[in-house]
Amino acid sequence: MSEFLLELFSEEIPARMQKRAMEDLARMLGEGFKKAGILSCDFESFVAPRRLGVCVTGLPIATPETREEKKGPKINAPQAAIDGFVRAAGIASIAEARVETDAKKGDFYVVDVVKAGAKTAEIIAELVPQIIRNFPWPKSMRWGEGSLRWVRPLHRILALFDGEIVPFEIEGITASNQTEGHRFHGNGVFAVANFADYKTKIAAANVIIDREVRKASILAQANEICANNGLELVDDIGLLEEVCGLVDKPFVILGQMDVAFLDLPPEVIRLTLRLNQKYFVANDKASGKLAPYFIVVSNLNATDGGKAIALGNARVLSARLNDARYFWDLDRKTPLESRVAKLDSLVFHEKLGSVGDKVKRIVELAGEIAPLVGADVVEAKRAALLCKADLSTEMVGEFPELQGIMGRYYALNDNEFPEVANAIAEHYKPVGPSDVVPTHPVSIAVALADKFDTLVGFFAIGEKPTGSGDPYALRRAALGIIRIVLENELRIPIKGFVNEELISFFLDRLKIYLRDQDFEHDIIDAAYAITDDDLVRIVNRIKALSAFIKTTEGENLLAGYKRAANILKAEEKKGWESADAVVNPSLFKENAEMSLFATLGEISSDLDVFLAKEDFAGALGALSSLRSPIYAFLDDVLVNDADASIRQNRLALLAQLRQMMAKIADFECIRG
Amino acid sequence: MSESNNISSHQTACSRAYKLGKKPSFQDIILTLSDYWARQGCVILQPYDSEVGAGTLHPATTLRALGDKPWKAAYVQPSRRPKDARYGENPNRLGHYYQYQVILKPNPINLQQLYLDSLYEIGIDPKLHDIRFVEDDWENPTVGAWGLGWEVWCDGMEVSQYTYFQQVGGFDCKPVSGELTYGLERLTMYVQGVENVYDIDFNGQGVTYGDVFLENEKQQSAFNFEHSDAAMLKRWFEDAEKQCGILLANKLPLPAFDWALKSSHLFNLLDARGVVSPTERQSFIARVRDLAKGCAASWLENQQGAAK
Repeated sequence: MSEFLLELFSEEIPARMQKRAMEDLARMLGEGFKKAGILSCDFESFVAPRRLGVCVTGLPIATPETREEKKGPKINAPQAAIDGFVRAAGIASIAEARVETDAKKGDFYVVDVVKAGAKTAEIIAELVPQIIRNFPWPKSMRWGEGSLRWVRPLHRILALFDGEIVPFEIEGITASNQTEGHRFHGNGVFAVANFADYKTKIAAANVIIDREVRKASILAQANEICANNGLELVDDIGLLEEVCGLVDKPFVILGQMDVAFLDLPPEVIRLTLRLNQKYFVANDKASGKLAPYFIVVSNLNATDGGKAIALGNARVLSARLNDARYFWDLDRKTPLESRVAKLDSLVFHEKLGSVGDKVKRIVELAGEIAPLVGADVVEAKRAALLCKADLSTEMVGEFPELQGIMGRYYALNDNEFPEVANAIAEHYKPVGPSDVVPTHPVSIAVALADKFDTLVGFFAIGEKPTGSGDPYALRRAALGIIRIVLENELRIPIKGFVNEELISFFLDRLKIYLRDQDFEHDIIDAAYAITDDDLVRIVNRIKALSAFIKTTEGENLLAGYKRAANILKAEEKKGWESADAVVNPSLFKENAEMSLFATLGEISSDLDVFLAKEDFAGALGALSSLRSPIYAFLDDVLVNDADASIRQNRLALLAQLRQMMAKIADFECIRG
Repeated sequence: MSESNNISSHQTACSRAYKLGKKPSFQDIILTLSDYWARQGCVILQPYDSEVGAGTLHPATTLRALGDKPWKAAYVQPSRRPKDARYGENPNRLGHYYQYQVILKPNPINLQQLYLDSLYEIGIDPKLHDIRFVEDDWENPTVGAWGLGWEVWCDGMEVSQYTYFQQVGGFDCKPVSGELTYGLERLTMYVQGVENVYDIDFNGQGVTYGDVFLENEKQQSAFNFEHSDAAMLKRWFEDAEKQCGILLANKLPLPAFDWALKSSHLFNLLDARGVVSPTERQSFIARVRDLAKGCAASWLENQQGAAK
């Protein structure tokens, strides 16, 4: 089997596009090979800032000749049909076709279409230029006088099949066996013989082509530097993914930050380091607090061991942090309260008014919610009033990610109550599935008010999420409310805040949330049959039901219920109506009837007590005492008695059973 | 910095400074860049005599990037960003600063290397400093222009913007120009190792950047934020817009472009004054873009006419 090595050597590929490009290249080659009849081969793709490549192994030297039988029209078909077949089959005249006989269809033409095999190198020479022209870069460009598009100017194409250059050319770039290494630590252009040779030589030219190896190297170096300096590296997977695309070979350097900056909020320092400078941060091992160091991943093994790099980066960082300090100092001169008015000129949505308008609504709403969640009304309204005020600060203007967080710092600076300050920071929470929900009552009140307002507003103007899009993150807002309510066990009837349409939106989101937690959808549907807008109660019902159905008792009760319900359904199809049915004990003939009726009577009040206490497990336990009377009834009693009044009475008894069980859930929904 | 052993063999203002054991001055860096790019065949131009927000807006770049005629130019361009003015109190932000601008059409295939060599000429040794090309796509909505490229980092500092022009005024750039913009103050601060822009050694003979520009920053800031007359600015904007239209109607793209630049600067002044609402802002930008697009279209037509 043969090997194909391809390397596309260009100017620096944006870091964020590298991983995807590597996957796309292998995928497109695979699809191309498949089309050409090469069904099985292995791909090892690689990417570094200036190169995208893949090595394909297990390729044949050539594809075999294929023969395909093409059936044509009957021999007596109209001439037009026969001519069409001649064209489609690629033969000169119908005389080249065979005639086959079919018992049913009669005689018809057949042509054996022979497709010659192709040399794999030829397939590659045709395929690669197509892939280059159609490569799905998120953004591509032209350069020089050419019209070829690539992510950045493409300089070389290395293409070797079994060590031989695959001869092709695209826009003046001719495939070769040459490449080059690291921009500053390479040794010029060199030729390679195959992938093994490529790997050896490219490593010697100081390029690590495997991005996983680059990542591991960055982490190993950073951890070692930290360990040697009493530091603990703060994990940052996103940053690691990015910086591994900015270096051919990482050289990790520790830099020092002026300790004077440590009086800035740590969030500000971390974000400045990460976003602006792409540095990792470290905590002091002893105190666990942010340490005055930064970790740079450089692309250079500098002649001075990195001293100039560390110093230069430290200077840039100082300038950045000085900017941040300027914002911090400036922002604190204006109390948050006096920034609230500025929100009137900040557009929230053209149909929903300004952020100032939104804040006025949140204040009202938070005031209503506060007593329901045990929050102080005055504090909740105060927090709501201030919760967006930091949007007009310089710091949030520079780092939008710090919204809320800066508000908290500025509120504390203004001597607001800590509960109010924390609520400003926490009211955006949870910002994602892995984020925690606010737990303090004031924070909860403002978080709920903000999210309810967003949902109600966007639904009112018809900006609802669609299958493909949710530009205002309404699903996230609803899920946020659901999590806040459930995780804090808040008893809030959401009907008080949203309309019917939104309630069903909430129930849909809740269903997805519960399914993610492995609740069965039939159990959820069974519980949803009971109209309710108290999320905690809904979930408690589902939990109890789910647990009960898994027990033997539950399973048996459900089976009994299904038998009973089936009898009723069959009658209802014939026009019988349960609504008119009344049980008359004097018409009982069998013990089993009597006993089922008696049990229903016995548990009826218990059931209501359990339900009133919202003790669904208790209620289901009470129902389970119905199991043997139901079975006895179903086994011993023939519902379809000749006497119509007895038959009616028995049906009424079963209807009473069904009605009672329906107080807890619709067992009809549950799969048997 | 201790690059004195690594400097280029060419006699430049920078190499002379290093030989004397000194760091190059602000003007040494400008002179050296001009010397270097002149050797690459560039026309060394002088700044355009109109207020612009960036060196790109010099017609030598904006207009010359369009059309098929080859073009190589380099120049210093004072750039005015009224909103960034800080009364001379911020060590890094200025309302008026210098960019060194290079445009090469079509871009030579070794432009990255040419650029790195230019850094080497002013004393930045790529074996000592971590130079990186970090994705940064350039866009200037007021002239309907965009390109792909990078910001170039030297030890974590953005020292240049490097762009392959794709469109100007909404028209495809064919061939593509390579555009380099050096932030001269930043670069000099880096080379000289100073923390405050006003401490930059301007001429190597005792004159600082602050001596030359601090008072200007203070007074211009007061103008930008306190004393500009919004009503007059608006009126002038409209007049400039009208004048540009008249010139375009008469197929005079070069003077028309001057008035498009004027209107752009007047908008920047209004913006700095804080009298432009977000909605108005979009509309102003669209109006300036329409002017710039008109100039680009007229220039292209003129170029093609001339070629025939």
